Amino acid sequence: MIMLDSIRKAFGARPVLDGVSLALEPGRISALVGPNGSGKTTLIKCILGLARPDAGRLLLDGTPADADGTYRARIGYAPQAPHFPANLAVGEVFAMLRALRPGATADEALLEEFSLRAEWETPVGTLSGGWRQKVSLAAAWLFKPDVLILDEPTAGLDPIAAGLLKHAIRSARAEGRTVLITSHILSELEELADDVAFLTDGRLRFAGSVQALLAETGTRRLEPAIAALLRGLKVANGGAR
Amino acid sequence: MRRLLALASLIAALTPSASLAAQELVVGAGAPFQTITAAVAAAKPGSTIRVRSGIYREPTIVIRIAGIRLVGEGWPVLDGEGAREIVNIRADDVQVQGFELRNTGVAHMEDRAALRVIEASRCTIADNRFRQTLFAVYLQRAHDCTIRNNDIIGAGGGESNNGNGVHLWHSTGVRVIGNSIRGQRDGIYFEFSRGAVAEGNRSEGNARYGLHFMFSDSCTYTGNAFVANGAGVAVMYSKGIRMERNEFRDAVGSAAYALLLKEITDGALIENKFLNSSTGLYLEGASRLEIRGNEFRGNGWAVRLMADALDNRFIGNQFVSNAFDVATNSRTVRSSFDGNWWDAYRGYDIDRDGRGDVPFRPVRFFALVVEKHPEALLMLRSPVTSVLDAAERVFPVLTPPLADERPLMRPPQ
Amino acid sequence: MNAATLTVPAPRAASPLGLVLRAGVRDLARNRWLLAYGIALAGIAELLFVFGGAGQQVLLSLLNATLLLVPLVALVFGTMHVYASREFIELLLSQPLPRRAIFIGLYLGLTLPLAAAFVLGVGIPLLLHGTLSAAAPSALLALAVVGVLLTAIFAAMAMAIALGSDDRLKGMSLSLGAWFLFTIGYDGAVLAVVSMFGDWPLEKPLLLLMLGNPVDLARVLVLTGIDTAALLGYTGALFRRLFGGALGPSVALTALALWTVLPVSIARRRFLRRDF
Repeated sequence: MIMLDSIRKAFGARPVLDGVSLALEPGRISALVGPNGSGKTTLIKCILGLARPDAGRLLLDGTPADADGTYRARIGYAPQAPHFPANLAVGEVFAMLRALRPGATADEALLEEFSLRAEWETPVGTLSGGWRQKVSLAAAWLFKPDVLILDEPTAGLDPIAAGLLKHAIRSARAEGRTVLITSHILSELEELADDVAFLTDGRLRFAGSVQALLAETGTRRLEPAIAALLRGLKVANGGAR
Repeated sequence: MRRLLALASLIAALTPSASLAAQELVVGAGAPFQTITAAVAAAKPGSTIRVRSGIYREPTIVIRIAGIRLVGEGWPVLDGEGAREIVNIRADDVQVQGFELRNTGVAHMEDRAALRVIEASRCTIADNRFRQTLFAVYLQRAHDCTIRNNDIIGAGGGESNNGNGVHLWHSTGVRVIGNSIRGQRDGIYFEFSRGAVAEGNRSEGNARYGLHFMFSDSCTYTGNAFVANGAGVAVMYSKGIRMERNEFRDAVGSAAYALLLKEITDGALIENKFLNSSTGLYLEGASRLEIRGNEFRGNGWAVRLMADALDNRFIGNQFVSNAFDVATNSRTVRSSFDGNWWDAYRGYDIDRDGRGDVPFRPVRFFALVVEKHPEALLMLRSPVTSVLDAAERVFPVLTPPLADERPLMRPPQ
Repeated sequence: MNAATLTVPAPRAASPLGLVLRAGVRDLARNRWLLAYGIALAGIAELLFVFGGAGQQVLLSLLNATLLLVPLVALVFGTMHVYASREFIELLLSQPLPRRAIFIGLYLGLTLPLAAAFVLGVGIPLLLHGTLSAAAPSALLALAVVGVLLTAIFAAMAMAIALGSDDRLKGMSLSLGAWFLFTIGYDGAVLAVVSMFGDWPLEKPLLLLMLGNPVDLARVLVLTGIDTAALLGYTGALFRRLFGGALGPSVALTALALWTVLPVSIARRRFLRRDF
């Protein structure tokens, strides 16, 4: 289980995360949603140690994350717009990742399903965005991580690949792994997500199960539910003014 | 051909007694004379004294009789035993040939010379070796003498405890030819000596100057080599000097000049080479010199023109691989450059007459800075110096308006 | 399982640093711009040989080319490269690797290919024309060492600049500004100082000023190795006093090496502290 405890992060004077506390449960798929600039990516980067929180703690199964980042061995991460050294071949990228974790067993199921071996010798720089995304996702899955963090994972994927991915995500849940997804496509999240965390202006406005969200907003789908949350915020803000 | 003829007539002139069925005296072990001193005492005008090989330690041999020929056979050694001069010539037409003169010792109160010629004319000092001598050959008020093919190796001391190889003082018409001089203070030194000729000498590794002369007008220097002397060559206070086909090289040091000319007027420097020296040619108070067909290669400064150098004409010289081609300490330069070849020239020749169509300005802005502030030399080859040079070339405000209006497109043959 | 190990070969035991470095070197070894850099250097050297005349003159021209080009390429290419590697750096950071190791791997992965391009680009024509190496071996060695050290210094500076600002335009401007400062601006200021304070004894201050600019140190180091008469006049005396003997070049070399430490530690500090 991943616990975020009162994470604060400001870029200069601008607060991006303003005391975010969140628990990501194993065996569940959590969706992180929020408008552009709400702090989703920063939150993910804080989990990964790419960004350093100004305050707050990150706990993995109750243990604080170490500064050297060895805890990242448990996390598979697929970034929003993945890039690799342009002149490395696909095979070389995987060889390098593999070499970085000697002793870890490799799970190449997704790699196989995406037929990446067909592009094994292709320099990454010449791949299309969709193919790069496949490389990135296969890399995230490569070591059977306890935690999968997927930032806009379906962006650029063709429908077949998107289907394969969704299947892989569900399998991960079935295996009791923790999955965190962000996406703009709420219908997609609706299919997958068990829990929803809704972030605006660096604050967590809702964290709980999808059912709880639907019940609270009196809607039957995620999209109107989020819309209702946003509306509620505006009303609240308007009232405050 | 002309030189051969001159040489033949010279030999004829120097052997006046040959027709007089000259007396011949022989010195050596088992010979009539055991010492040269005794033979000299017995000699008559025109006598030939033949000295066999051996080492002779005698008081200074003083020759007062005209026309004596002192000839060594098998390199007899005349040893000064570190205490005295070895031969003094005080009569005309004396010839000394084929000896090794050595070991005069160092004297601080006198200019001790291995062979001194005093107020005598037409002497010939030829084919001798000088070793470990303070001064080797010293001419004072000696006229029309010839010093030829001697091999002089000094003791190699510094400037203070060393003398000169060939030293002329108030001596006119002397010919210094084909000698090799090293390890002295000055290789060749002329003072108050008019009309001398130095030809085909090699002066190398001397402590101060390879050639040094002052107040010696109308002298000619041809085909000599001056190599790696402490301060190069210095020529001062003389008129009508002609220097042709000499090689001045490897004069290295903060006060070293391949050729320093100071207060020199009406001379000519023709087809000499100035190579690998800190300063190639340094002109101070030098005027009306024709400087033609010389090669300046690999020097720090090829030419340094001081403000008081007037009306010197540089024609058809070539400047190659010098850090600075021309430097000056003044905004006004009153010497001219015409039709020289500069390796730094980047002009073009549209009318194809072999001359560049745009003038070349040989004084770099950076050279001017260095002339004023020598420490700035630490910035040598910094890109900023090229930038400044380029800027100055576009807007010349500081460099003197000195230009070769018609630089050569190809190096002269 | 068997097939898996075949497709992704089991690694030889290697440090994370080495792996990052190897990936970086492999990537840049196929970089077009880097190739162009090496070829341009080789072309310049070759042209100098064909048209430049005497060996020493070639060496001096090569020195000038090195002093201008190496910092420029290291700065501009290095800055570009860091910006272009941004996502790759994030990928590496998401792996269980300490940032220290990633930094050193990235730095060497940038510096070594650049240095190799320099050494090969300049070295191959020199070897082909053989004569020069016999003429001034010490100067040649000095040129090689200086080229590599300048690469190390300015590549680190590029990393420090690129890691200091996410604004690529700003980063590029800073890089070009740094290049101008170190190759021309600084020396211009030194000359200005010389002409303003010309009446004072300037040797020692000038020496200190030389220590303040790696490009000057590099220039002086190579010039002392060239036995040209240009440097043996007043300069000779000056250079010898300042840098002469066995001590001088080692002082200059040490200073140059120390110069590498400064930008590297700034870049490292920024890399360790910043958010990606």
